[in-house]
Amino acid sequence: MSISSVARDVRSGFITMLPIALAVVPFGLLLGSEAVRKGLTPAEIGLMSMIVFAGSAQFLTVSIWTHPAPWAAFALAAFLINLRHVLMSASLSPKLKAFRSSQKALVAFLLADEIWALSERRAAHHPLTPGFYFGTAVGFYLIWLAATVAGTFLGEALPAPETIGFDFVFAALFISLVTGFAKSWRAIPIILASLFASLLFKTLYGGTGFILAGGLAGIGAAALLPPEKKKTP
Amino acid sequence: MTIDPATFLAILAMAIATYATRISGFIIGPYLPEEGRLRQALDAVPAAVLTAVVAPTIVSGPAELIASVATIIAARRLPALGAIAVGVGTVLVGRHFFGGW
Repeated sequence: MSISSVARDVRSGFITMLPIALAVVPFGLLLGSEAVRKGLTPAEIGLMSMIVFAGSAQFLTVSIWTHPAPWAAFALAAFLINLRHVLMSASLSPKLKAFRSSQKALVAFLLADEIWALSERRAAHHPLTPGFYFGTAVGFYLIWLAATVAGTFLGEALPAPETIGFDFVFAALFISLVTGFAKSWRAIPIILASLFASLLFKTLYGGTGFILAGGLAGIGAAALLPPEKKKTP
Repeated sequence: MTIDPATFLAILAMAIATYATRISGFIIGPYLPEEGRLRQALDAVPAAVLTAVVAPTIVSGPAELIASVATIIAARRLPALGAIAVGVGTVLVGRHFFGGW
């Protein structure tokens, strides 16, 4: 692969990511300001964004942070919230043919929801390349890190994301991606099973297990469908 | 700009737990079948997981429900960014008129 085609993929990944990362900024700012209220320093929340890099796990643990921090409880919470990443990485795994093992280790480190979703969409139309993936992921990572640290200095001078509709950006992104993945009738039972199982679990148990419950119901429905006649692209 | 030892340990433990979930699919990936029902199930992961993530948001209020339908319609005609703009615009207008359930 030539240098110019790598540069083109990096650029394409970066441009694809940028509007989504900008929508993440208000949430990063909020997380930073919440971290300060819970007695975390800018260095600590910065370190968390740097090595954990998982928005939902960070929001949950910061919202219940105590001193001294109960490391085992927080690790378990992060593990449970992030269990969906087992499914996500298993799904992405066969699409990483162009990646070396060392690159895959870094792919896993950067595999936040938004990056995974954008990579799956890319892989549905083009072979996924390291240039595209890291163009997407590294830019998103740096913007998230900068936003969370900046939030520690801005404090409570922030508008809530709901007031400007920013909270719906992720819902709209994920809905449009699902619409793109749904190319035949076969998607309908998968989506309905996931939708109902997710809502049922959320209503009954609350918490964040609904993602895994819905995901497993949807892929269970897919396994029960009659075998496909021809392979979809 | 200090880092408390207990906080450092907790953040490190969270990082390891998160990384474990993200690398596990790559470790088991090569052992997963190329076809058959398990493959059908794995191919459905993106649609199933993303649907599960957004389901509570879709039904969180009338504005969100209407905006979700608008996003689906827009996504069939527009690129993702256009569909997002339609969704966010609809939710802002909807919240102004409807409030919550």
